[in-house]
Amino acid sequence: MTVAARASAGPGGLDVANIRRQFPILSEKISGHPLVYLDNAASTQKPRAVLDAVAHYYEHDNANVHRGVHTLSERATVCYEGARSKIAQFVGAADSSEIIFVRGATEALNLVAMSYGGDVLGEGDQVVLTEMEHHSNIVPWQMICARTGAQLRVVPILENGELDMKAYAETVGARTKIVAASHVSNALGTVNPIAEMARIAHAAGATIVVDGAQAAGHRPVDVAALGCDFYAFSGHKMYAPMGIGGLWGRRELLDAMSPWQGGGEMILTVTFEKTTYNVAPHKFEAGTPDVGGAVGLAAAVEWIESLGREVLADAEHALLAYAETALLSVPGLRIVGTAREKSAVHSFVLEGVHPHDIGTILDSEGIAIRTGHHCAQPVMDHFGIAGTARASFAAYNTADDVDRLVEGLAKVQEMFA
Amino acid sequence: MSDLRDLYQELILDHGRRPRNFGPLPEATHDAIGHNPLCGDKITVHARVRDDVVEGISFEGQGCAISQASASLLTEAVKGRKIGDVKSLFRKLTALVTGRDEDASRESDVELGKLAVFEGVRQYPMRVKCATLAWHTLNNALDGKAAEVARTE
Repeated sequence: MTVAARASAGPGGLDVANIRRQFPILSEKISGHPLVYLDNAASTQKPRAVLDAVAHYYEHDNANVHRGVHTLSERATVCYEGARSKIAQFVGAADSSEIIFVRGATEALNLVAMSYGGDVLGEGDQVVLTEMEHHSNIVPWQMICARTGAQLRVVPILENGELDMKAYAETVGARTKIVAASHVSNALGTVNPIAEMARIAHAAGATIVVDGAQAAGHRPVDVAALGCDFYAFSGHKMYAPMGIGGLWGRRELLDAMSPWQGGGEMILTVTFEKTTYNVAPHKFEAGTPDVGGAVGLAAAVEWIESLGREVLADAEHALLAYAETALLSVPGLRIVGTAREKSAVHSFVLEGVHPHDIGTILDSEGIAIRTGHHCAQPVMDHFGIAGTARASFAAYNTADDVDRLVEGLAKVQEMFA
Repeated sequence: MSDLRDLYQELILDHGRRPRNFGPLPEATHDAIGHNPLCGDKITVHARVRDDVVEGISFEGQGCAISQASASLLTEAVKGRKIGDVKSLFRKLTALVTGRDEDASRESDVELGKLAVFEGVRQYPMRVKCATLAWHTLNNALDGKAAEVARTE
């Protein structure tokens, strides 16, 4: 394939040149070089459709929701609840009332840990996590375990970065109340077999909470097919603004759960003697929500669907394979995380060069990657490393981006030769 | 790569590759651990102080080229110095790499010497912590805060 062809057409007929034109930030020059943005697992860039939807909301529809009788309040409420429906359908929820708007996956996981965990956990109960979790799916569980007397059990990963499913099946038992696992590992790219994990969790009488932050923007997500009980995701990792995200929860669990934060909108009646709570999802949305963010998230969902999630996943998969071959051609480079099923992430180490130094030198070439422990220190401990360099991909990345990365790594090695 | 060479000067690359005074220190009187939460790097600084003078110094741990070189050059710079002068060097180096605290940079009792090589760090705000981690750690060790993990923020 010629460079020009590679730059314009991706695998599976995806018109990447057209996609790139929809992302204004991709025209930025960094250190005098065209930007190569390969830090998508940290946050994706935003297409014009999302930026315009947010601006349109604030220019035409903005007011507080569920409160006023005036026209703009009603319009804002329609925008907000319309966004909820759109997102519910995107993740395969049975009903839009199963979608709670949150700041992001971190807040969603905290909500489940504090509310559901606080309700069901007691002395001697167990919460089962995987060794590949992001800190946001570890720390809230540690906090609620400390408060309730429950214990954390951790399922190890194998050398290739896959979950040890044999150990998982042995760990989940009669005392397990909650399993919390990522759909896709942010540090390794591993795709976990959530449906099978859910089956094992349910057979033991446990519920399963899935951190979908790295999955929702990259592959079809259907909570019914996955068979999970909660699914958390962040808007900003799927082309939407920062500060908005979603939690899907099974209706009967949400109905039974205690409220989390108190305030306006989450109540039905308040007196100083007694307060009665609103129903889900409003029970979990105290205070004025980020309506502009919700509108942006719905626009991102529409944008992803206009391209097709299967098409995007196939294109990313092809790019990931291209990148694997290209990266392995770099002498002294080792990919950390070689699971059979991976998504959009290559973590790597380069012999004799610390990831931090790789990051600085690549930045001087206009290439943005993430370096360090990726908020997954237990993963780094497992592999006996302080950190990795991580290239992570999104719809607008091309084989040219990968080639620029590999050229950049040659400059890194030249500096440290 | 002209700008990058301001950061990765030959002296820094050399000390990053072959850190001096690396390892444990017999009869150390002061130790502290430093941690850079941004990248997960951890170092330990050991010092042997007698009569207010840093008689011996070493460090252990892993990190990027900047933090290893900084720790290595620190050991060379402070060995044989009075604690007051070490503190003065710490302030001067911090002023050099952050571009702040002009008063400290004008302190005249000690010269930065080889440490001036870190001037290029100023153009890379994300790397200031790498250049100052060992210094914060030594400062904690000298202040007897061994139990406290030195942070650069």
